[in-house]
Parts: sequence; C-alpha cells; structure tokens
Amino acid sequence: MKNVAWWIVLAATIALPFAAGDYYINFASQIFIAVIFAASLNLLVGYGGLPSLGHAAYLGVSAYLSAWLYLKFGLDHWILAPVALVATTVMAGLFGLIALRATGLGFLMLTLALSQVLWGTAYRWVAVTEGDNGLRGLTRPAPFGVSLDQPIAFYFFALTVTVMALWLMARFVGSPFGAALKGTRDQPRRMSALGHNVWLIRWITFVYAGFWGAVSGLLFVYYHKYIHPTSLSLASSAEGLIGVIAGGSGTLAGPLIGAAIVMVLKNYVSAYVERWNMLLGFVFVVIVVFMPDGLVPGARRLWARWRSR
Amino acid sequence: MQFWIIQTLNSLALGGLLFLLSAGFSLIFGLMRIANLTHGALFMLGAYIGVTILKFVPNLWLAAVLAGLVVALLGALLERFILRALAGNALGQVLVTLGFAFIIADFCLVMWGGDPIPLPTPEYLRLPLIVAGVPFPSYRLAVIGIAIVTAIALYLLMERTRLGAMIRAGVDDMQMARAVGIPVSKLFTLVFALGTGLAGAGGVIGGPILSAYPGLDADMLPLALIVVILGGVGSLVGAFAGSFIIGFIYTFGTALLPDLAYVILFLPMIVVIAFRPRGLFGRQTA
Repeated sequence: MKNVAWWIVLAATIALPFAAGDYYINFASQIFIAVIFAASLNLLVGYGGLPSLGHAAYLGVSAYLSAWLYLKFGLDHWILAPVALVATTVMAGLFGLIALRATGLGFLMLTLALSQVLWGTAYRWVAVTEGDNGLRGLTRPAPFGVSLDQPIAFYFFALTVTVMALWLMARFVGSPFGAALKGTRDQPRRMSALGHNVWLIRWITFVYAGFWGAVSGLLFVYYHKYIHPTSLSLASSAEGLIGVIAGGSGTLAGPLIGAAIVMVLKNYVSAYVERWNMLLGFVFVVIVVFMPDGLVPGARRLWARWRSR
Repeated sequence: MQFWIIQTLNSLALGGLLFLLSAGFSLIFGLMRIANLTHGALFMLGAYIGVTILKFVPNLWLAAVLAGLVVALLGALLERFILRALAGNALGQVLVTLGFAFIIADFCLVMWGGDPIPLPTPEYLRLPLIVAGVPFPSYRLAVIGIAIVTAIALYLLMERTRLGAMIRAGVDDMQMARAVGIPVSKLFTLVFALGTGLAGAGGVIGGPILSAYPGLDADMLPLALIVVILGGVGSLVGAFAGSFIIGFIYTFGTALLPDLAYVILFLPMIVVIAFRPRGLFGRQTA
C-alpha cells in the first residue's frame, strides 16, 4: 500500500514533461534539486536528531569547486564531478569532527558557524570566487553524449539522480545501520551501553548527508550554470531545514513534500510579494508554532483518526 | 608602527562591539538554553533605529540608550509571547528566532532601504587623540571604554546583586532554582530583554565604525557565535575574552590577508573545540 504512492509519484514525474511546458519542466528540475538537498539534511535532522543549520556548506562547496575547476582548468565534467564530490565529502568528514564534539544546540551553533565562515569566504575571496559577482560562464555536462541543455534532457537527468539518491537514502535509514542511527537519536546512552559507537554512527551519517548535499550542489550548478555566495548563506540552509520540518522530519516522504512546498512558495508567492526572506521567516514561525511535527506525520495522524471511526 | 597601533585599536574596538553583542547571547544561552539567532538582526535593527532617532535627537549616546530600550522591549515581547509558548521545545524556539531574524532583516530593508547609512561620530570624538606624537582614533577608544564599563557593570550585576545570584542559580540548576522560589520565568524575560537590549545599543555604538547596512546581521551573527563557542556559553568572562580574541584575529586577518579573513576564523574554533569543547571558560556540567 505504501509503495503504491511512490510508484504513482514516479509515474507522474515521468509523464510530466510530456504534458507541461518548459517553464514547468525547469521548475520541477529545481524542485528535484531541493528535494535531494532536504532529504540529505533529513538524515541528520530527522533520523540522527542532529539539527544542522549549515547544510548549505556542502551544496555550495561542491558547486563552487566544480565551477572553479572548470573555469580554471577547463576540465571535463567526468573528472570534475567526482573531484568535487570527493573533496566536499572529505570536507564533511572534517566538519563532522568539529561539529560532533557537541550535540543538540551546540551542534546547531557549530554547523551554523562553520557554514557562515564558508559563506563569508565566498564573498571575500574574490580571486577564486569572484565575490558578489559569482562564477558564470559554466556549462552543463553531456553524459553519454546527450547534451543536458534542453530542459527536458536536464529534467530526466535530475529525475534519475533524485530517484537514485532517494532510494539509496531510504536504504540507508532502512538498514541495520539506520536502525542504530535512530537508536542514537532516541536513546544515545542506552545505545552506548549496548556497545554501539554512538559518535561513529553520527559521524558516518554526517559524512553521508554531506555527500548527498554535494550531489545536490552539483545539480544546482549544472542547472543554473552560475553560482553565487547566497547559495552558502544561512537562508539557503534554512530553506532546506524548513523543507524538512514542514514536510515532517524523520519521514521519507516529508522532505519531498516540504522541499516542494518551499520551492512553490519561493517561486509563486514571491512573484507577487517581493519579500521572500520575510515570507520565509513567517513560514518558519507558523510551522514551528502550529505544525511542529510537519505535514506528513500530521496528515498520517488525521488519516489514522479517520480510519478508526 | 602606525599600522600596528591603528589595527590594535581597531581590534579592541571590534572586540568591544562583539562583547556588547555576545554577552547577551551568552547570558540568554546560559539561562534559557537556547541560541537566540535574532541577535545579529537585532544588532542591525538597533543600528537602524539609531539612524532614525539621530534625525530627531543629535546625540549618539542617547540614541544608543533609546534604541537599546526599544530593542529590549521587542525582545521581551518575543520571549513572553512567542518563545514562552514553545517552552520545552528548544529546537522549535531556536527556529522561531531564526524566522524572526529573517523577518527583522527584511523589515529593515523595507524601512531603511539597501544603501549603507553611516552613523555620525559625535563632534568631540572626531579628532584623533594625540599621545606622544602618535594619533589615536578617539571614537574607538570611547567604544573600548564603553565595552569595559559594560563588562564591569554586568559582572557586578551577576556577582554582587541578588538578581545576579538568582540568574546564576537559574543557569546552574533551573529545577532547584524554581523549587526554592526563584521566579525563573520572569528572569527569562528579563535576561532576554537585557541581552537583546545590549545588542540593540551595540548596533548604535558600532554605527559610526560599521555603518548600518543590509547584511550587517549576517556579518555579526557568525562572529558572535564563534565568540560564544570560544568563550563557552553562559560565561561572561568567556564572552569578554572571546570577543577580544576574535576582534584581534578578524581585524588583523582582514588587514593582512583580506581574502582569507574568514578562513582564519576556523583556526580558533578548531583549536578550542579540539582541546576544550565547552569553550575556554565553559563549565563541565551540561
């Protein structure tokens, strides 16, 4: 029963480009990127109980690396992509060493501080990042000779990556390791007493989440062919986090729905009111105050109540 | 020689401003166990309110006090009506403060526009103070003085008054503090107002040096976070030491390696986190 919904969503996303125009195809591609980003953050926030407010670091760094190496050395995307992913994942490993010295709000402050340092660096290190101008003149890759410049080609590329990402992340949390991870979230001391290395479980999850954050960053820079320091900003991390929380952290479908809602809000509502940041702020307040456990658990609760009548 | 003196003074002045910002952040975190992410935005709001007040009252110090009071009132309302409703949900409280940080920052952009607005330095502090033939920028000296006076006042408040004793009791063991009849909830509002008010006043005092501009919040918040990570949450001495350490590292980093000033900020964090994860002056108790 549960899988049916996933297959319907998949079928609908495959059918979408044949029914919709380029605008919607491009918009859906952007949603895919946001979904991977939010889903990877959800590994930490939802399954690990580690509230990260610096996830944009991985998106931004992998995007910047890919862009900078391309502009500087003109390397092929076949080389750039793995280099950017590996380097960003290594960085996640180092950041994990720092941030996981704390849990809870200490962890939140450390992740925020680390990503803000990168954000400030992206603004100031003009020689490499071009500062406020951002890096432009980038290209999309052409896997197996198929150019991704057409919206529909990019759409299916992004869809493929998204399906793979979500499947692998679902496998991750469904595995015995994922069960241990949830254990460290709910009962860290008991897990420790049972002989699990709580710190190591968290660190591996941190690195894995960083890796998928880096993947979303690559897609991001491929899509926009441009990268600017705002991608590393607190607002960027916050958009991902509110996507996770709005949808329901610690659920597989939550970040999907949440990230889509954030993207829709960002694109449509801000077309009428020009104040995206203010709106984002209000969304935060409203969701935390009125819908603390998110849409998916909330809807599930309603569904359970309706069925039991 | 001139370069080093000026940069040292700049470091001390930035350290003083960071202290005004992070002392409140640290006190709030220590007592309420939440990271108040509006702090950077309230610093900026304070600076902008200062701009408006200075149009009517041409006195920077009065503007700082008034802006501090306005921001303190806002902080008290935020604590009393929003954060109180989320008691026990620390992550929710932090996310709400993040939401308000975005709202306040965007509100400032709507109200005061996107161009940087410098706050005028008081007339009598414009000329440098010349000691033994070396000119010292006198406004920066005044900022350092204010920070030190504030630090002493806060220290006396915390260590020598009944109110301070109650706050310390709340920081150390909230449950016991409540049990012995200390009105911890009222203290929450008070400390939140005090901390945010200091940030607001700090924004005005920093105005002649930093100006009021969109993005001031995002520039200041990470510095305050690093100060508190460095000094240890809830520790006034830690906030003081951390502020000046970061003031020096950031100012000299910006002067000597302008591109990498932010990267250098990693170093103190990494060193402290590696050897003293609770910060230089943090307590070992959770």
